[in-house]
Amino acid sequence: MSTQETATARLARLLTMVPWLVNRQGIDTEQAAADLGISVEQLETDLRLLYLCGYGQMPDELIDAEWEGGRVFVSNADTIARPLRLGRDEALTLMVGLRALAAVPGLGERDTIERAMAKLEAATGASAEAASRVEVSIDEGVEAGLLADARRAVERRRRMHLRYLVPSRDESTERDVDPMRVVNLDAHWYLEGWCHRAQDTRLFRMDRIESLEVLDVDGTPPADARLRDLDAGTFTPREDDTKVTLHLSRGAAWVADYYPVDSVDVAPDGSSTVTLRTADTLWLRRLLWRLGGHAIVVAPPELARAVTDGALEALAAYGVADTTPAAGG
Amino acid sequence: MSSPTGPAAKTERLLNLVLCLLYTRRALPKSKIRDIVPQYGDAASDEAFDRMFERDKDELRELGIPLVTEDIGGVWDDEVGYRIDQREYALPDIEFEPDELAVLGLASRTWAHASLAGPAAQALRKLKAAGIERDGDSLVGIEPRLGTSEPAFEPVKNAVVGQQTISFGYRTGGQGEVNTRRVQPWGLASWHGRWYLTGFDLDRGAPRVFRLSRIDGTVSVVRRAAPYVVPSDHRAREMIRTTVGEREFSGSATVRVREGRGQSLRRRGETRGVEGEWTTLQVPFTDDDALADEVSGYGADVVVVEPVEVRDLVVARLRGALAAHRALTGGAA
Repeated sequence: MSTQETATARLARLLTMVPWLVNRQGIDTEQAAADLGISVEQLETDLRLLYLCGYGQMPDELIDAEWEGGRVFVSNADTIARPLRLGRDEALTLMVGLRALAAVPGLGERDTIERAMAKLEAATGASAEAASRVEVSIDEGVEAGLLADARRAVERRRRMHLRYLVPSRDESTERDVDPMRVVNLDAHWYLEGWCHRAQDTRLFRMDRIESLEVLDVDGTPPADARLRDLDAGTFTPREDDTKVTLHLSRGAAWVADYYPVDSVDVAPDGSSTVTLRTADTLWLRRLLWRLGGHAIVVAPPELARAVTDGALEALAAYGVADTTPAAGG
Repeated sequence: MSSPTGPAAKTERLLNLVLCLLYTRRALPKSKIRDIVPQYGDAASDEAFDRMFERDKDELRELGIPLVTEDIGGVWDDEVGYRIDQREYALPDIEFEPDELAVLGLASRTWAHASLAGPAAQALRKLKAAGIERDGDSLVGIEPRLGTSEPAFEPVKNAVVGQQTISFGYRTGGQGEVNTRRVQPWGLASWHGRWYLTGFDLDRGAPRVFRLSRIDGTVSVVRRAAPYVVPSDHRAREMIRTTVGEREFSGSATVRVREGRGQSLRRRGETRGVEGEWTTLQVPFTDDDALADEVSGYGADVVVVEPVEVRDLVVARLRGALAAHRALTGGAA
């Protein structure tokens, strides 16, 4: 729990914690702390505080809390034995989340989602209306059948055979994958699994899967296969990646928003200099051709040379003579 | 023991206050509350107690605790009393089936990596407070996640939900200039992984869509702003889609693609002929610039035959890239 927790935030947490514990008498201290998302130390501090509170200060009016021997008991807390109604943000997260799930193609639980939604609306009343003004979509860019197949393979631990497009290399690849999870991140669905070709875990964007076949083979990933930490996004730079510096004109400033960059320096005229790291520079060359001079490689010189050479070659394919004056496009 | 004025003492005081106001059937006058809640005994004076009590009432109401004021008259003439109605306070006793809790759990975990992770987890804990978990495992292996990395997310969300007029600095696309915008928020929606605010732009006098990542600096609530109503037919996602989104299919291009290359075009297009290492494809497209961007990215592996407009756009991009890099690397001009 953050040391920044305010007195009222803590009160709100305690008012949820008490009914939760009252209905789980004798729960293991560590289990309780884990389920409540706090440390054991914090739980004990909370219980010590509860022990001092009551609707009056006579002993029989105070909440009774015990946690010696590694088990938690909370009693004499009838007044707050039911949780407080859902707050605005609480109702909002669940409702918006449920509505987003309902729209996911191929998710078989539509009926369950509707039942849960109806009960939630009944429980929250007015909050439901406010929640309707926030919308999220996680239903884009994936075919229902593909999502359902991938999910089934994860559940049943079946190996799958993929034909997968790697756009940065402009390659269609074939590989066997032991699926580990299906995850939606920044509006794209990904399949994460152990790739037998790479001998490593890989994240496959589902809209780039050209075909997926669930094999009748056990697909349990190797014991040392680790799910990637996706908090920083799907892209994780490595130390030995090429360091690139680009100069972006104002019109290409979006590049800094869109791609994971290490630093951005904005000049008074609105242009900017960004640095980034990448293992593969093909996607960058492609981006630089697209940007038609709105982005310029400052370093490394090999990349600038590669952009120049590729552009010359492409112009030749159009039959355009190399008579270009040195002016931006 | 903790300091009498620290946050722990305040939590203790507020919790005692909630407990005694929930317990009582009759509204309690302030004087009685001061006797019951020991932490109020620490107040240095009547005025100090009054101020503390007023603040506490506000904070409880802000948490959504339905603290009511009633005229109690009688012995304490002209006095008002306070209590919390148990039925108004408590989450209605609704029983969720295990499969319903499973989807609610998934809905909650969707926010696990976003700024609303705390409320999302708390909400689920409340719904599960009464029940013993028997989570259905039907949702194994699927993990939706929402990101709210935009710093403006929290204040904008609050303004949308609370219907408050806000003002903020906004960077316009391309130009990078920051203008102050005053907006009556209508909706907040994520679309293709980005958050957008929809609303009525008071300076432009028209409905507008704003991308949260372009909001620069703080978002402030405009004081004494006129109240407004969100149009009943407003659909945030629809408005975003039509404003910043895809346009309808508009044409078909002929492109030549080198063997084994141009995979994204091959997936969309239809083969019209093969000549040596080049395949001719017919590719539907919606926007000249978008297609030119895509084709330019393939360098010498894809050549647009027609329409000539797209072909010219590609040539212009390649020339621009060439000129910019030649100038920089000191090549011939």
